[in-house]
Amino acid sequence: MDLRYLRRRTVNIVNLTGSLLATVFGLFWLFWILWTTLSYGVSAFDWNLFHQNTPAPGAAGGLANAIVGSLIMVGLATVIGTPVGILAGTYLAEYGGRTWVAGTIRFINDILLSAPSIIIGLFVYEMVVIRMGHFSALAGAIALAIIMLPVVIRTTEEMLRLVPNPLREAALALGAPRWKMISLVAYRAALSGILTGVLLAVARIAGETAPLLFTALNNQFWSTDLMQPMANLPVVIFQFAMSPYPEWHTLAWAGSLLITLSVLALSILARTLLRKVRLEH
Amino acid sequence: MDISRSHISDTISGRQRLMDRFFQALTTGSAWLVLVILAGIIVSLFVGGWQALVAFGPKFLVTDEWNPVTERFGALVPIYGTLVSSVIALLIAVPMSFGIAVFLTEVAPGWMRRPIGTAIELLAAIPSIIYGMWGLFVFAPVMSQHVQPWLQARFGDTVLIGALFQGAPLGIGMLPAGIILGIMIIPFITALMRDVFLTTPKFLKESAYGVGATHWEVVWNVVLPYTRVGAVGGIFLGLGRALGETMAVTFVIGNTHRMSASLFEPGNSIASTLANEFNEAVGDMHTSALIALGLVLFMITFIVLALAKLLLLGLESRDSAKS
Repeated sequence: MDLRYLRRRTVNIVNLTGSLLATVFGLFWLFWILWTTLSYGVSAFDWNLFHQNTPAPGAAGGLANAIVGSLIMVGLATVIGTPVGILAGTYLAEYGGRTWVAGTIRFINDILLSAPSIIIGLFVYEMVVIRMGHFSALAGAIALAIIMLPVVIRTTEEMLRLVPNPLREAALALGAPRWKMISLVAYRAALSGILTGVLLAVARIAGETAPLLFTALNNQFWSTDLMQPMANLPVVIFQFAMSPYPEWHTLAWAGSLLITLSVLALSILARTLLRKVRLEH
Repeated sequence: MDISRSHISDTISGRQRLMDRFFQALTTGSAWLVLVILAGIIVSLFVGGWQALVAFGPKFLVTDEWNPVTERFGALVPIYGTLVSSVIALLIAVPMSFGIAVFLTEVAPGWMRRPIGTAIELLAAIPSIIYGMWGLFVFAPVMSQHVQPWLQARFGDTVLIGALFQGAPLGIGMLPAGIILGIMIIPFITALMRDVFLTTPKFLKESAYGVGATHWEVVWNVVLPYTRVGAVGGIFLGLGRALGETMAVTFVIGNTHRMSASLFEPGNSIASTLANEFNEAVGDMHTSALIALGLVLFMITFIVLALAKLLLLGLESRDSAKS
């Protein structure tokens, strides 16, 4: 009897220690990767990054065109993806309810949320790039917008569902039409939550590389023309890291630091806001 | 929400009613866009890959040749690489995620749960290209100098599994790609497992503790059986992510069109083949074969993710039926 007790306790302690070790294992990679990015990135950091363009092989230079290109494409994708995503999320929360159409859309949306982003790149290549005849920043922004859409739709629906129904009923009872009830009451109550969703979506697309390979491609020179290929940080990092030139490797590390810092800052900000919103309800 | 429209419409003017209809149409249209995108993806991949699909037929899936010069293409090698690297990823990520989820729900003191949970979630926020750079410049040297020689010395002569560890320890290849994929999907599986573990009713756990069960016995005999379906759903979601992961794999898998038994040898996955070859594809048949590869990848991930979603939905509806 005693022996059995001892055995059960040992199994318990061994397995719980195992769970602790698994957690240490997970955190170990996080810190290793962050440490690598920080140490290589900081030593590669240099103010020329911000006012010189990407160099030819073997020369010194900066990332100015890539930084601006990334900002333009992520910005444009946000401008396209946000309104559409919020409207679609509104449908799911306010009109769709438990109908099978809404159920199907929700189901497909959740699948698109995890679908490989390189496939979205192929899709936009077929739909936009082939039709235009060449790669373009616009195609890149469309691909990023499609990737952010499911995130915005999902958080918008979730946040609108947190708005208490009596608020809606009060507005309707005053004679407000439904569109006014939604835009003036429900949106206002869910505003911070919806914005959090947009932040999360921007964090998601800011580091995306695969969909840009077949759409925006890259541009060694300064360009802000949406109809032409445009430099962007992820693709520059990819090309420079895979190259044999040490100068390019240094720039790739500097770019990684920029991307990692901005993505981590965005997602920590979004998570903190999200927790606050959920606590309020 | 269930106020009937006819009841309130008397008080709303015609213009407002028009606006109402317009707004509803706008939201409905936006929501339908999700289905349009799905249909668009499937149709465009079929159209783009049609030439290759017609030329090679079903044999496309089982041919191991990939030759842009003779224009003979088969998807077997990339499919094999995708599956093998994802299986390695699951072998690492499933036990680790389970451990972390148990730690976060049962073991860690309350104040520790949030910061550690967030830190694990941040693994998912790091862009895939950063994993790739780290993998190529930092992880690969460690693998080739320390881990792979050790594995070779330890298991190289063992019957059966010895074949997995043959060849030069390059630090890039199927094994490093699988390990990095495993790290990348840990946060997804952990988050879902943690969430489903938390749905176990308190009274079930407390009754088990009441009759003297240990923490581990509660996890293994109460929580896990109760949430099994959801936990499997989480694993499928992680698998879906691993199958389609592109940039990190492209950096470390070696990008060689060859199928070998050894996990040390470089290989190829569907996504890495696309990332490497698409822009340099020579000729329509090469492009078409690559898009057909994309179609295969989309089909596989769609099925895996749909299964994951169905499993998780099943758990949700059971919970809402009980409460």
